[in-house]
Amino acid sequence: MDPIIILHAGIATGTVLLFACIGAIFNERAGILNLGVEGMMLIGAMAGYSVALSTGSAWVGMIAAFIAGGLLSVAHAVVTIHFQADQVVSGLSLTFLGTGLSTVLGEGLSSQAAPTISDVTIPLLGNIPFIGSVFFENHSPLVYLGYLLIPAAWFYIFRTRPGMTLRAIGEKPEAADVLGISVYRQRYAYVIFGGCMAGLAGGIISLSVSPGWYSVQTTSGQGWIAVGLVIFAQWNPVRAAIGSFLFGALRRGILDLQGPATLFGFDNPLFINANLGFFLKMLPFILIILALVIGSNQARRKRLGAPAALGVPYIRGERGL
Amino acid sequence: MEEKEALAVEMRNITIKFPGVLANDNVNLTLKKGEIHALLGENGAGKSTLMNCLAGINRPNAGEIWVDGQLQSFSSPKDAIKSGIGMVHQHFMLVPTQTVTENILLGLDNVGFFMNMRKYEQEIRELADQYSLHVDPEAYIWQLSVGEQQRVEILKMLYRGANILIMDEPTAVLAPQEIEGLMDTLRAMTERGKSIIFISHKLNEVKSIADRVTVLRKGKLTAEGLPMDDMDRKKLAELMVGRTVLFTVFKEENEPGDVVLDVQGVSALNKRGVPALRELSLQVRAGEILGIAGVSGNGQSELAEVITGLRECTGSITVNGEQMANAHPLKAIERGVAHIPEDRNKVGSSPNLSITENTIIKDYKEDPIGEGWQINFLKAAERASGLKDKYDILAPNVETMARKLSGGNLQKVILAREITTQPKLMIAVQPTRGLDIGAIESIQNLLLEQRKNGTAILLISEELDELVSLSDRLSVIHEGKIMGTIEDVENANIEEIGLMMTGEKVS
Repeated sequence: MDPIIILHAGIATGTVLLFACIGAIFNERAGILNLGVEGMMLIGAMAGYSVALSTGSAWVGMIAAFIAGGLLSVAHAVVTIHFQADQVVSGLSLTFLGTGLSTVLGEGLSSQAAPTISDVTIPLLGNIPFIGSVFFENHSPLVYLGYLLIPAAWFYIFRTRPGMTLRAIGEKPEAADVLGISVYRQRYAYVIFGGCMAGLAGGIISLSVSPGWYSVQTTSGQGWIAVGLVIFAQWNPVRAAIGSFLFGALRRGILDLQGPATLFGFDNPLFINANLGFFLKMLPFILIILALVIGSNQARRKRLGAPAALGVPYIRGERGL
Repeated sequence: MEEKEALAVEMRNITIKFPGVLANDNVNLTLKKGEIHALLGENGAGKSTLMNCLAGINRPNAGEIWVDGQLQSFSSPKDAIKSGIGMVHQHFMLVPTQTVTENILLGLDNVGFFMNMRKYEQEIRELADQYSLHVDPEAYIWQLSVGEQQRVEILKMLYRGANILIMDEPTAVLAPQEIEGLMDTLRAMTERGKSIIFISHKLNEVKSIADRVTVLRKGKLTAEGLPMDDMDRKKLAELMVGRTVLFTVFKEENEPGDVVLDVQGVSALNKRGVPALRELSLQVRAGEILGIAGVSGNGQSELAEVITGLRECTGSITVNGEQMANAHPLKAIERGVAHIPEDRNKVGSSPNLSITENTIIKDYKEDPIGEGWQINFLKAAERASGLKDKYDILAPNVETMARKLSGGNLQKVILAREITTQPKLMIAVQPTRGLDIGAIESIQNLLLEQRKNGTAILLISEELDELVSLSDRLSVIHEGKIMGTIEDVENANIEEIGLMMTGEKVS
């Protein structure tokens, strides 16, 4: 029950959520909801581990994870952008597809040990008491990459020209269309980017944060947490980072609570009764389900700042245009 | 070729086909430099389609477009913008959550990856001053009034260096003072050498602003670039509708019968729980039209709803002696109460159902449409086709979804459905709002025909002209009360009605 350990682990597992969540923010900002994050993460984790095994390089595996997630998301992009199908249905199917594919293709991977990416400490910054130990000591290099990703994503979305276009196509695609912006092309790009980021998040799990391939247990539902976090984050990368790290710490905190036999001098009820532990482990998912329920109401979603055209297929020529 | 030099745009033999519809059939249009050219036509005549094609949104199936003497083939709106064509759409193409400046910069290639907002805001401010299009570049679109949003749309095109502006029904959304401002802006732009195509179906407006006029009817040309000086309202209407339009309707003498609708002391709350009707009483007799005049939001919608069973109330409402207050809407339907709701898109019809389905929505249980627990769709389609011909509903076929119909055609579908039930009482709320002349005329005639057949009609409208020409008696509503009723409508004093509408009692 050392707060530094819990927060440190929270940053590490939170980085997984961060990458997946920021990816999802991009495709949702473009107007496409992708509930297939869990599936894309699994594919990424499996592909990354497999490629790292065969090439002997964890970094090559990480690139493979990035590409694999992107490839799977192409299916979602084609179905929802080109054929204007229901995004919820397509996203759910994508999760099933990703889960199934990664289980089949990942058969036998778990018994082999792939190279992993080792943790590093940032000089100087790592020496700061408390803050250094939590944020800059013995972390995966991808955690540090995540720190850079947060302001970069925020700046891209809110302060650059392509970011402005991105917000416009998720908010009012016809306005962008009449100014000559290809809504379809942009949406494809961002859905695939979101997929790449989810795949990368999977790769971060299997190659760095908690290395190994444990079939569907590898991600154990973190993709769903990332999808829900988008709503908590109100489609803002900075809030996404706060949420990701909090959820990461929550996950680790719950695990740590079950460890010691006594807690603050009392018998630890979680140690005695394992069922209580299962209940606590469920908590993050209950929060996410709540977020999704809140987010499914049109009016409330609008108040939270959801892109107005999120989930709505764009068809030129509807309503007189 | 020399002649083309003076032309900003020349569209030659444009033909545009949509599945089942020939939207434009061999249409020509010429726009001279520095002129305001009106493109006139009823809803669905193909005006917007033709202009979407000039703006690069649609591609014509045949025909040529020349811009500044150059043959052009636009494959995207970007191409059109590059040749100096800008379109201001009827439904504004603005992103509400972004600022004026962001909306103007959207889609421009020469804006850097990192945007220097200060610089662009300054540029936009200067451009706005030049044309006196006052709007704050830092404001968010959702903060702006409709008139200001339109200025942003115009600025967006001017910033792109547009020399040819297409204004699609620009006045439809504006208040009278804003229309004046827009007209001044348009004149200022032509003085600086810009050319404007002005799409409209409002004759007075077109007459006052345009230099020349091109008229479309059902996708075909009926006038090509005629000078406006030779035109008058009547001539324009004729070109648009294809027959002589009487601006007054012909109302036969009719002796009203027994009282059909009797409303006594009815009170009701509105959606927000605020009293909307206060002890309101009125009577409508068979074969009579009772008009209800009033400023919108004075209880008109609620009055229609309590009679048709859509809203709870206190007091008594009888139809042919039977109590209808707080009854299920089904009872109103069964007792022959027809309802033409204010919102024809959401309440009057189901947008994603076909014309056939919308016409059977009230009597699907009855012979010959309903057969036990089944619906005989063959018979339904047959009847709908009959209605389509009888009421002159323009649509590819009866399987067309309601949302694809123009306002006038949709209203005809609703009227066709309501009249088919042979109603005893008809509640018509704003039946002609937003329709063009041709459609208004046919809807008004349908109402008069019902009156002749002995239907009692309660006509709620905000168009005073319409009320005066259709009603046998005219009541004025203010804050949920009837302020007074005029028996001799033909010789009504409009000023007196106006005073009552603002809440003053007139003896």
